[in-house]
Amino acid sequence: MELRPILSTLRRHKITAWLLVLEIALTCAIVCNAVFMIGQRLERMDLPSGIAEHELVQIGLGHIGNSPDAIAQSQTDLAALRQIPGVQQVAVINQLPFSNGGSSNSGIRLSPEQQQDTLEASTYYGEGVLPTLGLHLLEGRDFRHDEYADFGTVIADLRNGDLKNLPSTIIVTRALAERLWPGKDALGQTLYVGKGLPFRVIGVVADLARPNNLNWGVGYSTVWPIRMTVADGSSYVIRTAPQDRDAVLKAAVAALKQLDPNRVVLVKRTYDEARHAFFANDRAMAGILVGVIVALLTVTVLGIVGLASFWVGQRRRTIGVRRALGATRGDILRYFQTENFLLASFGIVLGMALAYGINLFLMMHYELPRLPGIYFPVGALVLWAIGQLAVLGPALRAAAVPPVVATRAV
Amino acid sequence: MFGYYLHLAWHSLRRNRVLTALMVLAIAVGIGAAMTTFTVLHVLSGDPLPGRSGELYYPQIDPQDARGMMPGPMPPEQVTLIDGMNLLRAKRADRQALMAGGTVPIQPDASSFDPFYVEARYTTADFFAMFGAPFLYGHGWSGADDEAHARDVVITRQLDDKLFSGADSVGRALRIKDTTFRIAGVLDDWHPNPHFYDLTTGAYNYYEQVFLPLQTALELHFDKNGSNDCWGNGTGGMQGGAYPSATCVWLQFWVQLDSPAKAAAYRQFLVRYSEEQKALGRFQRAPNVRLRNLTQWLDYNGVVPGDVRLQAWMAFGFLLVCLVNTVGLMLAKFLRRAGELSVRRALGASRRALFAQLLTESGVIGIAGGSAGLLLALFGLWMVRHRTSDYAALAHLDPAMLLVTFALATGASLLAGVLPAWRACNVAPALQLKSN
Repeated sequence: MELRPILSTLRRHKITAWLLVLEIALTCAIVCNAVFMIGQRLERMDLPSGIAEHELVQIGLGHIGNSPDAIAQSQTDLAALRQIPGVQQVAVINQLPFSNGGSSNSGIRLSPEQQQDTLEASTYYGEGVLPTLGLHLLEGRDFRHDEYADFGTVIADLRNGDLKNLPSTIIVTRALAERLWPGKDALGQTLYVGKGLPFRVIGVVADLARPNNLNWGVGYSTVWPIRMTVADGSSYVIRTAPQDRDAVLKAAVAALKQLDPNRVVLVKRTYDEARHAFFANDRAMAGILVGVIVALLTVTVLGIVGLASFWVGQRRRTIGVRRALGATRGDILRYFQTENFLLASFGIVLGMALAYGINLFLMMHYELPRLPGIYFPVGALVLWAIGQLAVLGPALRAAAVPPVVATRAV
Repeated sequence: MFGYYLHLAWHSLRRNRVLTALMVLAIAVGIGAAMTTFTVLHVLSGDPLPGRSGELYYPQIDPQDARGMMPGPMPPEQVTLIDGMNLLRAKRADRQALMAGGTVPIQPDASSFDPFYVEARYTTADFFAMFGAPFLYGHGWSGADDEAHARDVVITRQLDDKLFSGADSVGRALRIKDTTFRIAGVLDDWHPNPHFYDLTTGAYNYYEQVFLPLQTALELHFDKNGSNDCWGNGTGGMQGGAYPSATCVWLQFWVQLDSPAKAAAYRQFLVRYSEEQKALGRFQRAPNVRLRNLTQWLDYNGVVPGDVRLQAWMAFGFLLVCLVNTVGLMLAKFLRRAGELSVRRALGASRRALFAQLLTESGVIGIAGGSAGLLLALFGLWMVRHRTSDYAALAHLDPAMLLVTFALATGASLLAGVLPAWRACNVAPALQLKSN
């Protein structure tokens, strides 16, 4: 295909051609970044929590009036919940992975003298966290019953400065272990919190994501031998078979209400619902991004079709002359396709540079990683294909112009 | 003349219906998307207390221990109970209030109601006057009531409607967590957004329904929510009445300072206070204070969600593509009419007349696109309202944004029409006639 006539035609429509190139470039730049951001969101929504997600239900209670002996009441509640058919495990746990609201975290240090915290780890409290959440213990052991201390006692001891009865063991995630002691066995290592309080690692679990503040490190979590009650703002977490969840949840709420009617159910949900709610914004954003991509591509395609149709209409006579001089339908078709290919190519080159610029801007302001190189060739191919598809209709109409047009006045 | 241009525009637009529809559609979706996101951005970055925000300041001091101190650190974003009470009692500002958020159970007398939980604010006397909270009935409590741990409560109109069917309930009793309070006042509708005075409870669409004296709430061990930051062996405490330790910040302290001179003086006071506390051995760090006004405080906290700003940028990019598209199509269209235009030129129409005619045509497209875009924006906002984010309910178009929509749409399409119109009206009359 001879390029010279195409280029010289385009030169006569400089502004129009440049506008089309600009449109393709903008579309290319925005679509590349939008697709990339969708990928980021999907990746985030897909993060592993490390727990038996489809087997858990959660119940949070609030006490109207002054609560009675919280520890005794928790024991009664737990005993009643264990009686419910289908209940496999029950625990009072202070928080769950990927859930909105408050979260419990603690600064971790590797030596008592260290000035700055190495990192901020999420802290899971509750007796029986491992079996209830279904955490996968990689090495070491779970806490023994006699290692647990009551949350209220721990708080009181810390206030009084009476530190000898505090728990001294801890279970960490693999991610945290590898971050704190790279290349070493975490079992038996000691970490420090607060004013140099030591905790010895007795177990390592595969995964346990933190509730929120994911940018502090999704997998940096710890489990402590501290026994909670619902009065501390913790909730009952029940493990059951996936198909029994609704029935168990209903029966559990009924049982708890019956034990003490002076309580209000604040949270009542399956873990799947909790996780769904946590990622609602990401899901919405991904949806919006898809919408933007579709809208952009549609507008651009319509723009190409509109402009190509116009040019075909304008050049009917020229096409007729060319046909009369021996050009085949294929020649005419290829002429318009090549023209579009050229415009798209300019647009893509410009668009890629722009995409890179937008990505740099997003990296600065929105903590986004660098756009992977693979987006450039794939984006180019997609835009070329879309351009060719868009121009096909007008090009076919151009090819159908009969040679006899050349002999007529416009 | 304008009527004639409109007539011409109408004819021309009808001749290429598909193309006209394409241009109107492109402008409409561009404007629709842009207005939806700009409105959300506008609502979320709005001033929660217009007219007052310049005089409200959020003092920050640094009571942390020397451990882990870095050069130029930011002081904590809240205050400890001790510092809060000290600053409150010092009364160095025109008005001041110390506060924390919480959740309390309401136990209505009527057996027709089950007890229910509401969000509460534990605060001090100046809160209402300082933030200009409007009273429907009664009034707030006094500073003396604060110190006396009075069982006084201010409720919202919404709660008054629910419990007392909207009657003037001042003086009546309200049972909260097994304690009887006297209703001192009922607030009229008051929904500052963002929830500037305490951003730790969620920045948008968070409304307390009861307000009661801070010291009363502490005495009765009412549950608190919001966040705390601790150092040393400080523990955050939890529900059930254990409040955070002395080495934790968990309260918000606001002051009203009516002039910049007073603000400067208050800053000096904060520095002196820090020095005093250091001399007493309570503070370990050199005075590290900040005094941001409301607007600066919101900026510092970046309350507008990043996603919302990102969406606005994206919609802006989209609008740009739509405009480029329209300029291209208009240019193609106007240039193709060179024949017609040169006939008009040859018959004596000036360039200016042609230019005005073509701009009229693009203006018509702009108004049509703007109207359709407005409908799309209303639909878009309706969609935003049906999402689950905490700011969803706030997404409404206000008259100002409505005007901006129209100005933007017509302005954009006129702008899109300028280049094509100018190119097209520069046609030489004779040449074009000849070539045809």
